[in-house]
Amino acid sequence: MKLAYWMYAGPAHIGTLRVASSFGNVHAIMHAPLGDDHFNVMRSMLERERDFTPVTASIVDRHVLARGSQEKVINNINRKDEEQHPDLIVLTPTCTSSILQEDLQNFADRASTYSTSDVILADVNHYRVNELQAADRTSEQIVRHYLYKARRHGTLDRSVTDTPSANIIGISTLGFHNQHDCRESKRLLQDLGILVNQVIPEGGSLKDLKDLPRAWFNIVPYRELGLMTAVLPEKEFGMPYIPIIPMGILDMAEFVAQMEKHINAWASISSGGKVDYESYIENQTKFVSQAAWFSRSIDCQNSVGKRAVVFGDATHAASITKILVREMGIRVSCSGTYCKHDAKWFNEQVQGLCDEVIITEDHTEVGDMIACTEPHAIFGTQMERHIGKRLDIPCGVISSPVHIQNFPLGYRPFLGYEGTNQVADLVYNSFTLGMEDHLLDVFGGHDTKEVITRSLSTGRDLIRTFESQLELKKIPGFVRGKIKKNTETFAKLNNITEITIDVMYAAKEKLGA
Amino acid sequence: MKTFETLPFECETGNYHTFRPISCVAWLYQKIEDSFFLVVGTKTCGYFLQNALGVTIFAEPRYAMAELEEGDISAQLNDQEELKRICLQIKRDRNPSVIIWIGTCTTEIIKMDLEGIAPKLEDELGVPIVVARANGLDYAFTQGEDTVLAAMTHRCPEYNASGQGQKQYNKSVDGSGTAPLETERSTLEKRESRNPILVLFGSLPSTVASQLNLESKRQSIIVAGWLPSQRYTELPPLGEGVYVCGVNPFLSRTATTLMRRRKCQLIGAPFPIGPDGTRAWIEKICSAFGVEPQGLQDRENQIWKSLIDYTRILTGKSIFFMGDNLLEISIARFLIRCGMIVYEIGIPYMDKRYQAAELSFLHNTCEKMGIPMPRVVEKPDNYNQIQRMHEPEPDLAITGMAHANPLEARGIDTKWSVEFTFAQIHGFTNARDVLELVTRPLRRNNDLGTMGWNNLSKQTLTN
Repeated sequence: MKLAYWMYAGPAHIGTLRVASSFGNVHAIMHAPLGDDHFNVMRSMLERERDFTPVTASIVDRHVLARGSQEKVINNINRKDEEQHPDLIVLTPTCTSSILQEDLQNFADRASTYSTSDVILADVNHYRVNELQAADRTSEQIVRHYLYKARRHGTLDRSVTDTPSANIIGISTLGFHNQHDCRESKRLLQDLGILVNQVIPEGGSLKDLKDLPRAWFNIVPYRELGLMTAVLPEKEFGMPYIPIIPMGILDMAEFVAQMEKHINAWASISSGGKVDYESYIENQTKFVSQAAWFSRSIDCQNSVGKRAVVFGDATHAASITKILVREMGIRVSCSGTYCKHDAKWFNEQVQGLCDEVIITEDHTEVGDMIACTEPHAIFGTQMERHIGKRLDIPCGVISSPVHIQNFPLGYRPFLGYEGTNQVADLVYNSFTLGMEDHLLDVFGGHDTKEVITRSLSTGRDLIRTFESQLELKKIPGFVRGKIKKNTETFAKLNNITEITIDVMYAAKEKLGA
Repeated sequence: MKTFETLPFECETGNYHTFRPISCVAWLYQKIEDSFFLVVGTKTCGYFLQNALGVTIFAEPRYAMAELEEGDISAQLNDQEELKRICLQIKRDRNPSVIIWIGTCTTEIIKMDLEGIAPKLEDELGVPIVVARANGLDYAFTQGEDTVLAAMTHRCPEYNASGQGQKQYNKSVDGSGTAPLETERSTLEKRESRNPILVLFGSLPSTVASQLNLESKRQSIIVAGWLPSQRYTELPPLGEGVYVCGVNPFLSRTATTLMRRRKCQLIGAPFPIGPDGTRAWIEKICSAFGVEPQGLQDRENQIWKSLIDYTRILTGKSIFFMGDNLLEISIARFLIRCGMIVYEIGIPYMDKRYQAAELSFLHNTCEKMGIPMPRVVEKPDNYNQIQRMHEPEPDLAITGMAHANPLEARGIDTKWSVEFTFAQIHGFTNARDVLELVTRPLRRNNDLGTMGWNNLSKQTLTN
């Protein structure tokens, strides 16, 4: 047992559901007790989804405990099959079904004999993997299912496309800025004359998965989701993938160079022949992305020697650390990730770039570290943002877990050349805000505070009974001023000189505040 | 218009969206100031809590997870030892007056004997440990509070009419300072001679509790205490001769426990939601105490008058409750009285005995307003409900957050049901707040309605 207040990565089934509901026309059925479908709320609220989240539960209740699920799961699968005709139904185990140890595979097999949809059981163990690992596995599992199926049916298309093409693997729902990153990646490929063969899982169609191997290579922008899926076709078809994260100017250059290498390897069959992206890289770096110029500009001089702390998932924490150190001259006192399963890779990436590496899932440990190192700015998750608030240190959010404000409507990629601009803004704004605060402190803060408080209260000649003062204290701070003022206005209008609890509530009823 | 004789009740598949009952810790830890809630469960529970409770998680809340790991599930670790270690840590860091263990689905399935372990650890640690099984196998959302309060009922001191318990009660009130009724000793003495003891049950924000105290004080009935109280150490004495009355519709276990185990007398009343409900609630309490209610009619009318700008918006509009928090019957009844037409009242669980007074009040309200009885659908099926919603297209759907945005995109206005659980909706004073919530989407429409992009989904309502 572990005393826990907060976790960075969610439970396994969340990962499975993220992948399943990202694909087009896939329905997930959770084997779970009532209330476990909170994923639907997250998707509907955070992503502001217009459509019903394709996730339902086959409810585990007392009867199921006593007698087993029996036909219930199968009936639910078949019912969903009839109602919505999904291409695939993913039976999703939860922590509850892990303990019940019912033979879910058997349910899936039996249901698939009746239903027109394919049915698979997500191969994830709640107690062994977290959200990110489960997402990675499920994505691989679904792709494998359809590649093997196509092979069995002889429909697998292994002829590569005429012009260079790539798959983008790992874009998913509830992923940090994934939609924007996806658009930016597509734009990059288009700039370079590379076709986008497929994007999965987001918006991916299962019927098209058999054509996945037609691309020349795969792009995996994130470490957490997609690697396993990319490794599979590499093993099966010798299809290469680019494991470099296209974030930051330096890594972008490397990333584009890798694409060039893969394309030129096939140049003999390509209609376009060999490509040379060097001038593209130079032009983008110097003129399209503002980040290179920004780090030369005198503004950025001010941040030299400033200290930052970075924490997040492996992808973002490693990339941001590299950008801060190599591209902006900021010192990273500590860089860390909660992706324990990817610790080795992370260590390699940030080695020599920061004073200290921290790998933990315990947010209090991160909080203590931040308190000890006292950085000028933090780049982390929503949790680090709150730690920053408490310690009065500005924070830029660079990684999941995040709140709704980090699902912006405006275009905010982290990847690609536009991404470098966004990251530069984020970094710069975090530091200057800190500076502003500091200067305000030095010069004695805003001097308007007192004036504002005075105007909140309209009457000084009113008497408040002890009870009503107590009552006022119980009202949450953010409305207290308004209620106090309204009560006083009400009292004055009615020639009341003593404010009692009765008067307070009478005022509320009258003035509706 | 057709009117049915009785309310039609139905029961569906139970495939509906709701919050897990463990979410009750969100409001209960804030209500009971010296408590600590320990949810014994898995990562899934923890993830739900941190997402559902949003920013409170950053405010060093007095709740936490005892996260079960593989060793706990396979009984390689000793439950008692593990819980002891964790509770010691809590005691050291927070020093609460009570630790409340919330049992979850997992503890049910692996049959962890929380009730058996608690008394042993209580002795060892010297901190009371209350066990509530708020699991998703048996309960929905607000019923979590019910299980906690039912468990807490056993911890209330014994009321003794002959004076000894009385002393204890006085003491507990004095110790508080913020106790429900800042007890002037004189009123207390007066009450002792006249009224039996009245204890209200249900967790309300302290301002709402004092508003209701005030309402009954106007009828010269003093509320002796609340379950739960502001602090665990101030739980009201219970026993024979104590009258109890619920303020929320989801407290049937608590009501049963109060009657059967603590021998209290239950006053079955409609719930004080809306001016009509509040009045009926007070009248019922008055009649139990043989008191003639004073000026209630005027007060109700006055409130209705002040609501007229809102009721004008609602009159003639139709509404559909998908059901997830058990407040549905009371809110529907209030809204019918406001002139709305209710198509369907979905509700997770319907206790016809505990809600009897509320149900007959709903029935009467429908007759009075001359509208058909709405169908009450217990354990609803959300998918079917959305199909049913397609036909009459209600003006407003009260629904969970999982369905709100998709329905909005299909041109159906929604209000999140969860807000009714967290907003202040009880008593005369807060009637306006309920309507403020209900009318919000409709008022927004007045502003946005003419722009012609009501339907923003490529899908239709049926898929």
